[in-house]
Amino acid sequence: MRTLKEAKVGETVLVQSITGTGAVKRRIMDMGITKGVQIAVRKVAPLGDPMEVTVRGYELSLRKADAEMVQVE
Amino acid sequence: MIRIALAGNPNSGKTTLFNALTGSNQFVGNWPGVTVEKKEGRLKQNKEVLIADLPGIYSLSPYTMEEIVSRNYLIQEKPDAILNIVDGTNLERNLYLTTQLLELGIPVVVAVNMMDEVEKRGDILHIDALAKALGCPVVPISALKGSGVQEAAKKAVEAAQYGAGECKHTFAPAVELALQKIARQLQVAENQKRYFAIKLFERDEKIGQSLSVVPNVESIIAQTEKELDDDSESIITNERYTFISSIINDCLTKRNQNTFTTSDKIDKVVTNRFLALPIFAIVMYLVYYVSVTTVGTWATDWANDGVFGDGWHLYGGSAYTEDSEAYSEASTILNGFVEFYGEENVAEALNSESETYDVQNAKTAAETFAASIGMEDEATYAVVDEETMATEMVTATGAELAEAVQVLDDFDFTEPDPADYGLWVPGVPVFIGNALESMQVADWLQGLILDGIVAGCGAVLGFVPQMLVLFFFLALLESCGYMARIAFIMDRIFRRFGLSGKSFIPILIGTGCGVPGIMASRTIENERDRRMTITTTTFIPCGAKLPFIAMVAGAIFGGASWVAPSAYFLGMAAIIISGIILKKTKRFLGDPAPFVMELPAYHMPTLGNVLRSMWERGSSFIKKAGTIILLSTIFIWFTSYFGFVDGSFTMLTEEQMDQSLLAGIGKAIAWIFIPLGFGNWQATVASITGLVAKENIVGTMAILYSGGMGTVYENMAASFTVLSGYAFLAFNLLCAPCFAAMGAIKREMNSTRWFAFAVAYQCGFAYAIGLIVYQLGNFVLNGTFGIGTAAAILILGYGLYLLFRPNPEAKSKKAVKVNA
Repeated sequence: MRTLKEAKVGETVLVQSITGTGAVKRRIMDMGITKGVQIAVRKVAPLGDPMEVTVRGYELSLRKADAEMVQVE
Repeated sequence: MIRIALAGNPNSGKTTLFNALTGSNQFVGNWPGVTVEKKEGRLKQNKEVLIADLPGIYSLSPYTMEEIVSRNYLIQEKPDAILNIVDGTNLERNLYLTTQLLELGIPVVVAVNMMDEVEKRGDILHIDALAKALGCPVVPISALKGSGVQEAAKKAVEAAQYGAGECKHTFAPAVELALQKIARQLQVAENQKRYFAIKLFERDEKIGQSLSVVPNVESIIAQTEKELDDDSESIITNERYTFISSIINDCLTKRNQNTFTTSDKIDKVVTNRFLALPIFAIVMYLVYYVSVTTVGTWATDWANDGVFGDGWHLYGGSAYTEDSEAYSEASTILNGFVEFYGEENVAEALNSESETYDVQNAKTAAETFAASIGMEDEATYAVVDEETMATEMVTATGAELAEAVQVLDDFDFTEPDPADYGLWVPGVPVFIGNALESMQVADWLQGLILDGIVAGCGAVLGFVPQMLVLFFFLALLESCGYMARIAFIMDRIFRRFGLSGKSFIPILIGTGCGVPGIMASRTIENERDRRMTITTTTFIPCGAKLPFIAMVAGAIFGGASWVAPSAYFLGMAAIIISGIILKKTKRFLGDPAPFVMELPAYHMPTLGNVLRSMWERGSSFIKKAGTIILLSTIFIWFTSYFGFVDGSFTMLTEEQMDQSLLAGIGKAIAWIFIPLGFGNWQATVASITGLVAKENIVGTMAILYSGGMGTVYENMAASFTVLSGYAFLAFNLLCAPCFAAMGAIKREMNSTRWFAFAVAYQCGFAYAIGLIVYQLGNFVLNGTFGIGTAAAILILGYGLYLLFRPNPEAKSKKAVKVNA
């Protein structure tokens, strides 16, 4: 199983599930990253972290540590 | 009175809509106890309608201050209607909040904003279909252009009068069944049942506070979780998005899925892997250059030296500056020669402060004296730099003296009067001083009014012009969307110290002045990051500390060039160390705040909104920080100008400061600084006056060290060692900032406890660093070992432990993972 953290720039992935608990998980899901949604990886910040993705038609940035909680295929 | 709550996502144009609806009928404050801003206003067309602008939120979860504040308001205050603004260009995610608002049992009107942008993209929004799917009125608007705004307000007022409809959207059958079972056990109003049932199902930690009876529904939740193989909170979130996905295609026809918008094109360049940092550097340089180096400094100088100083030139100021410089240069040379040759009679004749001073006398004395000096003769004399009190030996020739006397003669031996040049506007103190003089007000009262109250007001208002310049830029950066990119670019560096990428700006501005620096922290969303930034920003040396640094470097370190850079290094190290230490403390722990941030589309900012935001922030500084600054300035004035002379309480002149109450306080508490090596009362008093403004340390040191033999610098060098001098420098750089900055800290923390914590931490940290520098320095250089050395080693060891101990938060997170 891959995570969003490992997805390459330019790739579009499908979310399988979100691991983790509590505030972090809720926040990620509140922002629209839920089971079955498509995520396009846009770019990585110049210093290597965080990353920028397109989800549900808007731009979202999240840290790689948090992206690791998103299981994708 | 009808109360309408305005709710919506950040970046949805909520502020623009609020401004369009209420105009200037706004009251800005804070939600009690938190740093979240609260705004209310009356509807322009109908003063009977009160609109509460809720903070921008994505959800009604219990995890951020903004969300808690919003839902408490909605549930407890029960507004008559909710006007929910959604971004039409980003409908899917915006409707997520809408689904939650619809469950509150309060009538909701949805205003779909940025319709002009939607049309420009060629997308079609089916208003009726959306209204039907959501079960509430939907109004298309463009807050920026003002279209549809009145219609939205009208619909909201109507909805408030007719009451809420039924909540239309439903979840999967298994979830609905569980919600029904929970609702049956609830003792709340019928229309709030769905909201509370869902929150209980989510195992919301904070919901118990709003319920009188909390039913035990654990078995219902556990059963549903087992059935759907997910935790209950995620089930609900999933269901909401599933509902939105099911209606979105009927409500919005997108012309093309993959077109690049202008915003995308801008972002391709601005956050480009190679260009991002150079562009960031240029933007920051511009902000700094304008708001600190040029316009900001002019504004501050104008406010402090002009309006709250002697006065200022509306025009024609440059001719005065030239003349006044030429005059003072010439009189320096003349006075230098007079002193070198020890001509006391001439000196007395030239003393313009003397009561027997006469221009004609001075002229004759100067000319006779100059005639007695040969063109080749030389004189060496000391010149004191006004700002840093540094003395420099200068040698001039007789020829230069003759020229100087000629210049003075041209001015008729009278100092140029600024009022004779261009249009001169006298400063407030001059104006009030003249008025008091003419009314023959007692000296002490004049002092209180001028040096206490007027100077105190000056200390508050003097910062405002520069602050407004900075706030203008901040509002511009925020409203165009670049601020979010700053956080994106800088996050990696700053999060290590418990700060946000946006902390860069407060710290950068802090090198100019800490007051606007602290105020700039308002752009940071996360409350923890914001508090951390406020606490650490003033560690960086500000402009007012530079003369003090120069004085210490010159007097105690023989002008060593490494002292000033070391001060900046010390400041940066203090921020980094404090960030790492504090982020592991209980005070800054709590719920982990994920950095999951929207990068909003770039927008052309509107001047009106930018100016309004600038003014709101500026005026809130005056109102909230003003009192503390004013009172403390008056207190310091009183204690430094009053004291007991020969047993009677009286007002003192500046030179008598050693007899003041403040000197008494200094003498009483100087022992505190003995472990730091500068336990003399002069340094203590200087540190206290530094609280009014850091450059005052220089002036106070100059007064207190001027008597006796030698220059100020020589006297200072005699009473400080290299180590105690650096400890003194370090303490004053890192301890509590000036009152103005403390006022800003208090305003931004919006909590006396947090304010007290920040100041106490700064002083404690400064003391620890001073102690370590002095005691360990002494041990290394001189081999002395005492109780102080032991204490310093212990503190250093404890500091290192705090710095390198594992993060307790990370630990508990891991434990949770193992359990799961």
